[in-house]
Amino acid sequence: MGTKKISNSRRAFFKTSAALVGALAVSSLLDPLKALVITTEEPKNEGPWWGIGIDIKKCIGCGLCAKSCKAENHVPIQPFYFRNWVEQYTILNDGTLKVISPNGGIDGFKTNEPKEDIFKTFFVPKMCNHCAKSPCTQVCPVGATFVSPDGVVLIDDKYCIGCAYCVQACPYGCRYIHPEKKVADKCTLCYHRLKKGLAPACMEICPTGARIYGDLRDKNGIMIKFLKEHDCQVLKPSLNTGSKLNYNGLSKEIR
Amino acid sequence: MPPQLKVLLPLFAIIVVVFVVIRHFLVPVSFGENGHYRANSLIDNANKEMVYASKKMCVECHADIGEKLQSDLHASLSCVVCHGPGLEHSNSPKTVQIIKMSGRDHCGRCHAINPARLKEAVNQIDVVEHHKDKKDCIECHNPHAVWELKK
Repeated sequence: MGTKKISNSRRAFFKTSAALVGALAVSSLLDPLKALVITTEEPKNEGPWWGIGIDIKKCIGCGLCAKSCKAENHVPIQPFYFRNWVEQYTILNDGTLKVISPNGGIDGFKTNEPKEDIFKTFFVPKMCNHCAKSPCTQVCPVGATFVSPDGVVLIDDKYCIGCAYCVQACPYGCRYIHPEKKVADKCTLCYHRLKKGLAPACMEICPTGARIYGDLRDKNGIMIKFLKEHDCQVLKPSLNTGSKLNYNGLSKEIR
Repeated sequence: MPPQLKVLLPLFAIIVVVFVVIRHFLVPVSFGENGHYRANSLIDNANKEMVYASKKMCVECHADIGEKLQSDLHASLSCVVCHGPGLEHSNSPKTVQIIKMSGRDHCGRCHAINPARLKEAVNQIDVVEHHKDKKDCIECHNPHAVWELKK
């Protein structure tokens, strides 16, 4: 009796497995490997869809981007609130990795390591990645943060309850709770300037053009040109956030 | 109709009505027009006040300087790099003076030697030792045309 029962259930198991595999094969023929492909889908609307490009090789670490951002967006001046900041990565010959960002880079950088000890060093400007599949907007319990139709992740500061779920959800550390307004705050890609046709403050002031922004739908635009001419990578691609901030020259040490 | 329903149905109807009324007052205006957020928040975000001017605004009046800048190494610089936000000056040029930032600290932000700066990206100099007898960089260098050295 016992053996018979086992073989029966084994047969049922094989039948179910075969049916599942068959169904998967058929469905993947209909829509090839959709589940496996990590892509960022464009929303189906009109108008611009903003993307950002940062060229690490062009960044000279002057910190003017971080400085102008604080002034433009009235970010609290305490040294731990930033919408945008610059980090200096230093890899020494003995393999130690040092990452510094004194006051977000606002006052510039001074290297203390002796030059002969340095294997490699570079600046990494950071800001909101304006993800197409942003983890931060998905966790908001009240709908106070959202992706705008033109692909900018914004905050509704009148509606935010300051629960800080989004702050811990952002894998790039781009959000903070505003100490006076008690609501979440973050880079808006200077939405108020974008709408007037002006560049965001950090990009307006960048002396080398290391930061650029552009319409990802404009096939002759500056962003598509940037993506064509450089080998770009996003931060933490494994998280599949659909980041629209593309870095040129992203070294493997950068997190 | 079962007798229980006679009591429960009106009760149920009252609950639905109360829910709809409360919902009407709790959901803010324009919520859900574009998605799960207040569509008017887009307008709020777009109406925030600017602080920084843009190069476009500056060259509307200062076309001569803009042209000069364009022909030299500082061509990629926006005026706000050395002149500060400048929007107030742009709005009322007669009453608000533009600021001029210079000196070894300000110029050194970009031009001080740092191993993380690529030589191709920016010219670097020892900003402390370079021509120690002079106080300010702009005593010799014209910031709008850096290689046009003053005597």
